[in-house]
Amino acid sequence: MIKFTIRRLLITFPQLILLSVLVFILASLMPGDALSGLIDPDIPREQVELMRERLGLNNPWYIQYRDWVWAMVSEGDFGRSIFHQRPVMDLIGDRIWNTVWLSLMTVFFIYAIGLPLGLISGRYNDTITDSIITGYTYLGFATPTFVFALVLLYLFGFVWPVFPTSGSVRAGIPPGSLDYVLSKINHLVLPSLSVALIGLVGTVQYLRSGVIETKQKDYVILARSKGVKEGKIYSRHIFRNSIIPIAAFFGYEITGLLGGSVIIEQIFGYPGMGRLFLESISTRDYSVANVLILFYGFLAIVGALLSDIILSIIDPRIRIK
Amino acid sequence: MSTENNNLYDNINVGDLPKSTPGWKIVVQEILADKLALFSLIIFTLITCYVFGLTLFLSLRDIVTVDLFAINVAPNDEWRLGTDYGGRDIFGQLIIGTRNSLAIGILVTLLSVGFGIVYGVICGYFGGHIDNAMMRFVDFMIILPFLMIVVVFVTIVPSYDIFTFSLMMAVFLWMGTARLIRSLALQERELDYINASRTMGSSHFKIIFTQLLPNLVGIIIVNGTLSLAANIGIEAGLSFIGFGFPEDYPSLGTLMAYAQNTQTLQHRPWVWMPAAILILILMLCVRNVGEALRRAGDARQRQG
Repeated sequence: MIKFTIRRLLITFPQLILLSVLVFILASLMPGDALSGLIDPDIPREQVELMRERLGLNNPWYIQYRDWVWAMVSEGDFGRSIFHQRPVMDLIGDRIWNTVWLSLMTVFFIYAIGLPLGLISGRYNDTITDSIITGYTYLGFATPTFVFALVLLYLFGFVWPVFPTSGSVRAGIPPGSLDYVLSKINHLVLPSLSVALIGLVGTVQYLRSGVIETKQKDYVILARSKGVKEGKIYSRHIFRNSIIPIAAFFGYEITGLLGGSVIIEQIFGYPGMGRLFLESISTRDYSVANVLILFYGFLAIVGALLSDIILSIIDPRIRIK
Repeated sequence: MSTENNNLYDNINVGDLPKSTPGWKIVVQEILADKLALFSLIIFTLITCYVFGLTLFLSLRDIVTVDLFAINVAPNDEWRLGTDYGGRDIFGQLIIGTRNSLAIGILVTLLSVGFGIVYGVICGYFGGHIDNAMMRFVDFMIILPFLMIVVVFVTIVPSYDIFTFSLMMAVFLWMGTARLIRSLALQERELDYINASRTMGSSHFKIIFTQLLPNLVGIIIVNGTLSLAANIGIEAGLSFIGFGFPEDYPSLGTLMAYAQNTQTLQHRPWVWMPAAILILILMLCVRNVGEALRRAGDARQRQG
């Protein structure tokens, strides 16, 4: 177990280095550098050259790369946004919680709706209810999230306006009050539901086939012949065993949601990190965009690591030698 | 039962071994048996033929030229599906957009699946250290935030056409196929026919491309079909957030992107709704066919 965890951790380091190299290359391909936003035409050329020299922009690429990584690791210096004239980390700090709340709400809906649907469809397989649920997963697999989100926004934001159509909270409410929290939740419902209703089809399908497989196992038949109530058989024996693969992919699910938030935040005008990314691209504020790519990549690496470790605890067969 | 067997062996000449049903025949049988898949295939073919045929008679220049006298016209006799905020014909944009989306989807699929097959089969066939090193790279590619990196690429590349755009997408989409093909090739290389061929002195190249891959064709087709459905959606998503093709080069995603304007979303559904419906129909049809093909590959699930 410990051996596996260490081996798995060792794989993580080359991944982090590759990721940082990739982001560094992307950054150097982008037009402009740390000075582009600060320079105005009145400053003489020699002085600009001097500043470039002092900032190390004339150094060979490997020294620049070393300095860049060192600044991030030792001082937590991720650079400045040229457009906002603020440190990138401050900007991300403003937005990160919105994205975290959105992802948590989505995960909540995925499991709150997906698990019962999967259980019902597995328990009563080949009935009309099951056909309806299976048909729904079939449709869900073929629907791009952004199309579905747009339709939901059209229906419940405009045609029948029950939910707000943009933002993360109603303006003019003091933070900390109950109204504030309710308004936040109200703004979260539509974006998170539109991701969750499409995202849960995988969970439903996994759980359904898991339940159908497990309910023919000997220990289930034994429990039934002992006279255990049907409801208890499902909640105690079958559910617990069919939930394993779903639990194991929890880590992937969360990082997937964080990464997939770009389009959804754009549609619902939700001020999270995904929207920040698109804004920074369109204002040519590349230093922000680079840190965001680095950040999302880092989250994905950690998520994969966690999922693999959870999986190895649950299922020893997958441990790498 | 016995009469059937007799019929089956009636026409066999001496020296002829009884053959199993060829793969393509099973595929045809399965699609014919699955009414939904057959229906989907027909719809998809009709849409494709209609769209590619009609674009021969439509002029892109006429369609994307701004007409200030016909801004936001609701559907009527002259404009079958209305016009957008630039007075451009939605119907024409829809036809050309569908063609572009299909072309990009197919191109991305060919490029990514093609590369994934070669990469995966090399990993699986050779195994050992080569496999280990190459698969670590796949693990890395999979964790990259796909959408963000493609957006960055699209912004820093000065100009691109359908091919280079598809290439940019395909660079980040081949890993699934590579993993699948690798796991199959790993099983396949242990089988006797590979060993036999090896003993007879066939080169690795010959074994991989003339003996191993033909055995995986069924799965490759299934994988390709299902990726095609996904890729149509991904391209539409990219164009939707404004990082696919520009408005004067319509795709289904650029039509959807008009809906980012709340006025258009709320009051002019004719602009974006047809594109949304068409994306759904195309993806559903392709997926239905893919699922039927998948069943054809799995003898236990066959319907026909």
